[in-house]
Amino acid sequence: MRIAAPETSDLYIPTKRPFNFGRWFSRTGWRHLVGAIMVVFSAFPLLYVLSASLHPGGTLITANGLFSEVDLGSYQTLFNLPQQPYAAWYGNTLLIGGITSVCTVFLGALAAYSFSRMRFIGRRPGLLMLVLVQMFPQLLAVVAIFLLLNGISDIFPAIGLDSQVGLIMVYLGGALGVNTYLMYGFFNTVPASIDEAAKIDGAGHARIFFTIILRLVAPILAVVGLLSFVGTTNEFVIASIVLITPEKQTLAVGLYQFVSQEFSSNYSVFAAGAVLAALPVMALFLWLQKYIVGGLTAGSVK
Amino acid sequence: MQSGRERTKMTHPGTERDEAQVRESKRSRQAARIAEAASAGVKTLLVKIFLLAIVDAISVYALFVLLLRADWVVFGAVLLVTLIVNWIYFSKQKLPAKYLTPGLIFLLIFQIFVVGYSGYIAFTNYGTGHNSTKQDAISALIVSSQQRVPDSATYKLTVVEQLGNYSFLVTEPDGTVSLGGTDAPLRTVTDATLDDTGKAVALPGYTSLKFNDIVANQEKIAALSVPLSDDPNDGTLRTPDGSKAYLYLSDLVYDEAAGTMTDTKTNTVYTDNGKTGSFVAADGTELLPGWKVEVGLANFAKAFGSESIRGPLISVTLWTFAFAFLSVLTTFGLGLFLAIVFNDMRMRGRNVYRVVLILPYAFPAFLSALVWAGMLNPQFGFVNQVLFGGADIPWLTNEWLAKFSIIFVNLWLGFPYMFLVCTGALQSIPDEIQEAATVDGARPFQVFRLIKLPLLLVSVAPLLISSFAFNFNNFNLIYMLTNGGPRDVTAGVNVGSTDILISMVYKVAFVGANRDYGLASAFSIIIFLLVALVSVISFKQTKALEELN
Repeated sequence: MRIAAPETSDLYIPTKRPFNFGRWFSRTGWRHLVGAIMVVFSAFPLLYVLSASLHPGGTLITANGLFSEVDLGSYQTLFNLPQQPYAAWYGNTLLIGGITSVCTVFLGALAAYSFSRMRFIGRRPGLLMLVLVQMFPQLLAVVAIFLLLNGISDIFPAIGLDSQVGLIMVYLGGALGVNTYLMYGFFNTVPASIDEAAKIDGAGHARIFFTIILRLVAPILAVVGLLSFVGTTNEFVIASIVLITPEKQTLAVGLYQFVSQEFSSNYSVFAAGAVLAALPVMALFLWLQKYIVGGLTAGSVK
Repeated sequence: MQSGRERTKMTHPGTERDEAQVRESKRSRQAARIAEAASAGVKTLLVKIFLLAIVDAISVYALFVLLLRADWVVFGAVLLVTLIVNWIYFSKQKLPAKYLTPGLIFLLIFQIFVVGYSGYIAFTNYGTGHNSTKQDAISALIVSSQQRVPDSATYKLTVVEQLGNYSFLVTEPDGTVSLGGTDAPLRTVTDATLDDTGKAVALPGYTSLKFNDIVANQEKIAALSVPLSDDPNDGTLRTPDGSKAYLYLSDLVYDEAAGTMTDTKTNTVYTDNGKTGSFVAADGTELLPGWKVEVGLANFAKAFGSESIRGPLISVTLWTFAFAFLSVLTTFGLGLFLAIVFNDMRMRGRNVYRVVLILPYAFPAFLSALVWAGMLNPQFGFVNQVLFGGADIPWLTNEWLAKFSIIFVNLWLGFPYMFLVCTGALQSIPDEIQEAATVDGARPFQVFRLIKLPLLLVSVAPLLISSFAFNFNNFNLIYMLTNGGPRDVTAGVNVGSTDILISMVYKVAFVGANRDYGLASAFSIIIFLLVALVSVISFKQTKALEELN
C-alpha cells in the first residue's frame, strides 16, 4: 500500500469530475439560460407568422391559437385574390431586386476597380464623396425623385412614373456609395502584382478586370449583391410612389396596402404572403451567412 | 505599374539616366500601346461598339422627342452627356473615366441632382392645386366650369382615331367639315368622305370608330373636349353619345390683356396677384387649380412660423434624435451582452444559438414590422390576448407606449446585427492582452471595462454612427408599425407622436388628398442639414476619413 499509493496518484487521471450543477451553472449553464430566452425572443414572432399562415381562414384573433389547426388554405387563397395579384408582386420583387443587385454589383465593381488600381486626378475627392454620399440616403429626396420621374414620364413614359425600369434606374443612383467603398477595401487586398503579371502576359485592362480581378473578389460581390437585393426587397418609400398599377407593384408595397386595408380579418392570408416573401431572402441569407458576417463588419447596416 | 516603371528608372546611374529615361518612357509608352492594341481583340471592339450604339440610339430618340417638345434645357443636357460618353469611350486614354462613368451618371442624376431639385421645390408652392403651368391652369379652370349652351347648334360627329389618339370629325350645320382633338382646335378639312345625309364619316389617315368601339371607350370619349379655336373663351365641343357634339361654354372668361378671370354668372373678377400662383377675388376667394410659382421662403416661414406646424416639427425632430439614439443604445447593449455571453469556448452549441439569433435579421424588415403590428394589436393581438390574459393595453395607440413599442420592436430587428458585429470585434482582440491583464491581477470585469470595451469601441464606432444614420431615417419601421400614430389632432399637418422626420415628409407629400410638395421638400432640406451636422461631428470624432488613402 505504501509503495502503491504514489503510483496510483501518478497514474490517476481524473477522467470525469462529478457533475456539480452549481459550478456548471456559474460557468456555462447561465449562458444556456440566456441563450434559451433569446431563442424564444428571436424565433417566436417567426413561428407566430408561420402558425397564423397555416390557420385556415384565420383572423388576427384565431392566430393566437398557435398551430391549433394546420391547413394550406390561406396559401391557395393568396394566389386567387381578385384585387391583389400576389404572384405578380412576387415576380416583380424578384425581378426588380435581381436586376438592381446585378447592376449594382457591376457598376460598383467598375468604380472600385478604378479607385483601387488607377491613379488619377480627383481620386481622393471621389472616394471622400462616396463616403459622404452614403450619409444621405435617396429616400430623403423622395419628393424630388417623384417629381423628376413625373417630368420624365411626360417625355418618355417607358422610364417615368409607374414604370419598373424607372424604379430600377432610381435604385441604381445608390449603386455607388457604400457598395463601392466596401468593394474598394476588398479590391485593395488583391495584390497588384497579379495585374502586373497579367499585363506582361499581354492582357488588357478589360481582360484583367473581367477574367482575373472579378473572380478573385467574388466573396465581396456576393455580399454586395445580397445586401442590395435585401435592401431593394425591403424598400417601400420610393417603390410606393413610383409604382401605381397593382400588377407592377412589389411585395413591400402590395402587402402593406393589402394588410392596411383590413388588418385583422385578412391576417392569415397576409401571414401566408409574408412567409413566402421571406423565404428567398432568408434562404439567401443563411446560405451566404459566412460571407455576410465578414462584409457587415466592413461597414453596412440593415 | 507606376512603381514598376520607377524602379527601372532607378537602375540607370548618372547622366545617362535622363537620356535613357526619355528613350525608355517613349519606348515603353509605345510598347504599352502595342500591347493594348494586341490584347483588345476584334470581339471586344465589337461589343464596345454595339453597347455604344445602343446608348447612342436611345439618346438620339430622346433628343428627337425633346426637339419636338422644344424642351431646350433637357435637350442640351442629354446632348452634352451623350457627347461626353462617346468622347470618353472612343478616346485612347481616360481609362479611369471609362470605369467610373456608368455609375456616376446614375449617381449624379438620382442622388446628387435630386438633392438640388429638392432645394428648388422647397422654394415653390408645388402641390395639390399648384401642379402645372399658368396656361394649363387657365384651360383647366375653363374646362371645369363648362356648361352646354342651351339651344345651341348640333354638330354631326364621327369619332376618329390615329396612333391611339381620338379626334372629332364634325360636320357643322352649314355643311363645313372640320377636324380637331383635345390639343388641336378645330380646322376645316376638305378630303373627308361624306355619307348620304352629308355627314362626314371618314378621313384619309384616320380610322373611324364603330359603334362597339365607342361603347368600349365610352369614358375616354365622353371626357374629350375639343376647343373651337385657339381662344379658350370660344368654348369647346363635347359629345355625350359619340354621334352628336354640342357646344359647351365656360362660365369663366379669361381676359388675356388684363390677366384676369371673370365669372360671367356673378360678375366676380379674379386677378392673379403674382404671389400665390392662383386667381384671387377681391374678397379673398381663390380659384383652384392654380399653378406653380416660386414663393421664396414661404415654406420655411410656414414650417417655423405657424404655431400648428412648428410645435409638431420640434417634437418630431426631438423624437427622431431620441429614437435613433435609443435604438443604437439598446441594440448595441443587447448585442454586446450576447456576444460576451456566447464568446466562451467552453460553451456547447454556440453555432446553433447563433443561427437562431440572426433569424430576425434575415427576415425582411418591412414584414417584421407588420407582423409585430399584428402581435401588438390592442384588441386581437397575441401580446394582449395571451401574454397579458385579455388585457386591453394600447401598445400602438398610446403616445408613450407606442414609442416604447417602436424601440422594443427595433431592438428585436437590430440586435442580431450588433451581436454579429460585436462577436467579430471581440474575437479579433488578441488573447494575449487578456492574459497579460489577468496576470497583472485584473478581475474579469476590469478586463472587460478597461481593456476589451475600449478596443471594441474603436472598431465598431463607425458602425454605430452608420447605424445611427440609418435609424434616423428608419421609415419602414415607423410607418408599418404605428403609421406615425397616434395622430396629433392639434397639428396643422398630418403628423403623429411616433412620426420621425422622414415619415412626416412622406405623409405631407404623398398621403391624403392635400399634397404639399413644397412644404415636404422644405422638411427634407431640414433633414439634410441635420444629417450633415451629425456626420460632420461624428466624422471629426472618429477621424474615419483620415484613414482614406
